[in-house]
Amino acid sequence: MKKIGVIVFPGTNCDRDVFYVLSEVMHLETEYVWHNRQSLDGFSGLVLPGGFSYGDRLRAGAIAAHSPVIYEVKRMAKDGVPVLGICNGFQILIESGLLPGALVKNEHLNFACKWVDAKVKNTSTPFTKLFEKNQKIRMPIAHGEGRYVAGGSTIKELIQNDQIVLSFLNENPNGSLESIASICNPEGNVVGMMPHPERASELVLSPVADSIDGLTIFLSLVHFLDDTYMK
Amino acid sequence: MKVCGRELSVLTKAEFSRLKKSLNRHPTETELQMVAAEWSEHCSYKSSKKYISRLPVSGARIGNDSGFDAGLIEIGNDLVLSIRIESHNHPSAIEPYGGAATGVGGVIRDILSVGTRPIALMNGLRFGDINGHDSTVNQHTRWLLRNVVRGISDYGNCIGVPTVGGELEFDSSFNYYCLVDVVCIGLGKTNEIIANLADIDDLLFLVGGSTGRDGIHGAEFASAGLVHENRSAVQIPDPFLKKTLIEAILEANKNRYIKAMKDLGGGGLACCLSETSHNLGKGFDVDLSHVRLREEGMSPTEILISESQERMLLIVGQENRELLEEIFAKYEIDFSIIGKVCSGQKIKIRHNSEVIADIPAHIVTCAPLLNRKSARPSYLKRKYGPRMDSPSDLGSILLEMLRRPNICNRSWIYEQYDSEVGLRTVLKPGEGDSSVLRLGDGKYVALSIDGNSRRCYFDPYQGTLGCISEAVRNVICSGASPVGLIDHLQFGSPEDPEIFWTFEQAVAAIKDYCDFFSLPVIGGKVSFYNEKNGLPIKPTPVIGAIGIGNNLEKVAKARLDTRCSIFLIGHTREELGGSEYYASSHRTDSGNIPMLHLAEDKRNALAVSNLISSGVVKCVHDCSKGGIAIALAEVAINGNTGFDIDISLASNTCNRIDRLMFSESNSRYVVATERPEELIEILRDSRSQVHCSMLGYASDSSANDTIQYRGGQKILVNLELEKLKVAYNNSLESRLDDVRV
Repeated sequence: MKKIGVIVFPGTNCDRDVFYVLSEVMHLETEYVWHNRQSLDGFSGLVLPGGFSYGDRLRAGAIAAHSPVIYEVKRMAKDGVPVLGICNGFQILIESGLLPGALVKNEHLNFACKWVDAKVKNTSTPFTKLFEKNQKIRMPIAHGEGRYVAGGSTIKELIQNDQIVLSFLNENPNGSLESIASICNPEGNVVGMMPHPERASELVLSPVADSIDGLTIFLSLVHFLDDTYMK
Repeated sequence: MKVCGRELSVLTKAEFSRLKKSLNRHPTETELQMVAAEWSEHCSYKSSKKYISRLPVSGARIGNDSGFDAGLIEIGNDLVLSIRIESHNHPSAIEPYGGAATGVGGVIRDILSVGTRPIALMNGLRFGDINGHDSTVNQHTRWLLRNVVRGISDYGNCIGVPTVGGELEFDSSFNYYCLVDVVCIGLGKTNEIIANLADIDDLLFLVGGSTGRDGIHGAEFASAGLVHENRSAVQIPDPFLKKTLIEAILEANKNRYIKAMKDLGGGGLACCLSETSHNLGKGFDVDLSHVRLREEGMSPTEILISESQERMLLIVGQENRELLEEIFAKYEIDFSIIGKVCSGQKIKIRHNSEVIADIPAHIVTCAPLLNRKSARPSYLKRKYGPRMDSPSDLGSILLEMLRRPNICNRSWIYEQYDSEVGLRTVLKPGEGDSSVLRLGDGKYVALSIDGNSRRCYFDPYQGTLGCISEAVRNVICSGASPVGLIDHLQFGSPEDPEIFWTFEQAVAAIKDYCDFFSLPVIGGKVSFYNEKNGLPIKPTPVIGAIGIGNNLEKVAKARLDTRCSIFLIGHTREELGGSEYYASSHRTDSGNIPMLHLAEDKRNALAVSNLISSGVVKCVHDCSKGGIAIALAEVAINGNTGFDIDISLASNTCNRIDRLMFSESNSRYVVATERPEELIEILRDSRSQVHCSMLGYASDSSANDTIQYRGGQKILVNLELEKLKVAYNNSLESRLDDVRV
């Protein structure tokens, strides 16, 4: 069976939302994973939801990146298990070294909560495989520290290896380099993104008619897992 | 006696002798301070209680709320909504970041203490001039606004409760001061509402934050005019601790480990213990040496009256002690057991072995009520209307109005709040007239808060009626049926008879409205002494309306679609007293303020509800600040669609076209429909006898759009929609951009 783990740290606050979309909208077997858990055997996918783990103390994601469960996340990631970090989850993946670069305070210094346009640049990850290349999608962001920065060589590598998964379109809401909204590891199974797909997974919550692009991200995961299990 | 280097405030002579008489002895120093905290205006409502107790509180949907810090509404399917309004005006005026953040924290604890999960926050913010000629005032206002918003944003975003809407007003009576009102709604299961019962030998858990010297005398500080900037009276926020506390307490409550619960707010442990003991009808035996402290050398009195944040008192049966402790260990939350429930109705407080207070709870909680004098303010005798000719260029006036701080787009503020966490926010901030949150099975709650200090200054009775009507109209606009009101009555010193008169008038207005509409008041708060350097604020009742809707498919938005016909429901009178138009073009507040005609208000509301539920209209917007002209401009901007209307077709008794455009008469709605014949049919069939005027049409497409207001054949305003957008959207941002944090 495909079972998805939703990893919860003290201060995570989008865990219930992600859990709801996976279990109630997608009808997947979903389980909360508390941060001190030692083994993640039996999970075929992992999501690190958004929020303010440890109140963003030190730096966003810095303390959570040293939780016991992260060692297990790293092991699973190495084995090719799909791992998605959303917002604070993205920050944790970066702080734990699973993804390169850094996420710093938004350029305008304010928290930003709004729906934004993005372009899908990489459609080979487990979370984007159902999109068309360069498809324009719309999802909400909600963060104070989402400005992606990295050294010139890292940015070059990201571009060369096709590791930029989503980039902001029309407006760069936080000042990210290359308008980066989402990146993945070189293997593509670990993806971090600032937009919240769980908030764009039901029509009734979408301010854009007929657009629930967030759901496609979770559908892609199911598609990917089906393929993997078929093999 | 001194605490934190300040002389402790004591009771008046009359209060002291009353206390002595009820005790039959001299109070101890600790007892005296407990009583002083509880008998402060902030905690005891000694000036206002007689008045607000006349408001109707019972209604079909209201649960039994005795002893609860939040009002409850049963909404069916075994679900209960809880709601609470609070303010943090004094603290925010001197330390806007911490003051606003702890204001959010306090109202969250009230919702939590009845056993419900907080699902949404709103705020009503009021500041001084941001536009005026005095640059020191402007700068101070910007500093306050920026930091209040940052405080709410940092706190609310971190605890994962969405801030879904609110309101904002600027007026010179708030110069160097501010009002920060926070509303929180919670959702819970009927059978998980805290029972609020206790048995002998139950344990008193003090959970969450440790106790320090911050917030000493917050309650008394809030019960006097703001003269000294007493920063030690402002508490320190810790949203991360609050978030884990919420989860731990909800988990414990789900397992039914908690028998009774109360948050520690104004007056700290002193008020919390005495109010809880009084409500439960049980005595407490407490040892202060078990309270976890964050500072050394705190005296027992300081421990009792500290208002340190993020603390809750839980009453727990001995049998659940270890199970509860496991939950706190999981969430890494500190706690201590500070005493237990005992027989009798006395609170016995010890510090180590010494008994420092032994006093019946009811003596502490039942403050002697006051009879305040009231007198009609002398300023009301002045009456003059502005004598100004009709302006020739209404287009530039419209743009100027759209730029006004009391009208312009608020996205600079609400984009700093996470408005969507929790997956309930159906209408995002700015999309509709009220906030709409889904509750499951197609059900939703609609919420709006409104105030208008300028109108209430000139006529507190009619002004308050107008605020209520506007809040209710906003809820109607989203397709919900109103089920109750909350009120927050904010005034200067109650010791001033002229101010106290305005308070009486506001209460009378709420009572009359509620009686006419059979609506209960689900919760409320009174805040006096809103003064800075002896200058009182204008009377500012803030009213919240709560509505329940059953069909999410039919939620209407304030957004014009192409190819719609535009109608106005309601009648316009020449009522521009306190209006934005007079303030903008005539630099005056005076004139006739809008009167509320209760029967007409009800008819129009019912008619609009009918139109929404029949599915004929999808665009509905209330006419408030700036009148018809601004309401139309707003739906055009939101929908990115222009229009061509003849304003003289609107049902009216105005002498001049500019006054018709900008009058702020109550009970009016702009609606747009693709099926105008059906709309007329429905109104005719229902014999609702409402004034309904067809004004014109939305554009056929949204390319290169214009808006046009005509008076008969005469073109009054013809502007590109883009110009309106720039005026409306960039106004607040451009005023706040240059300020450093």
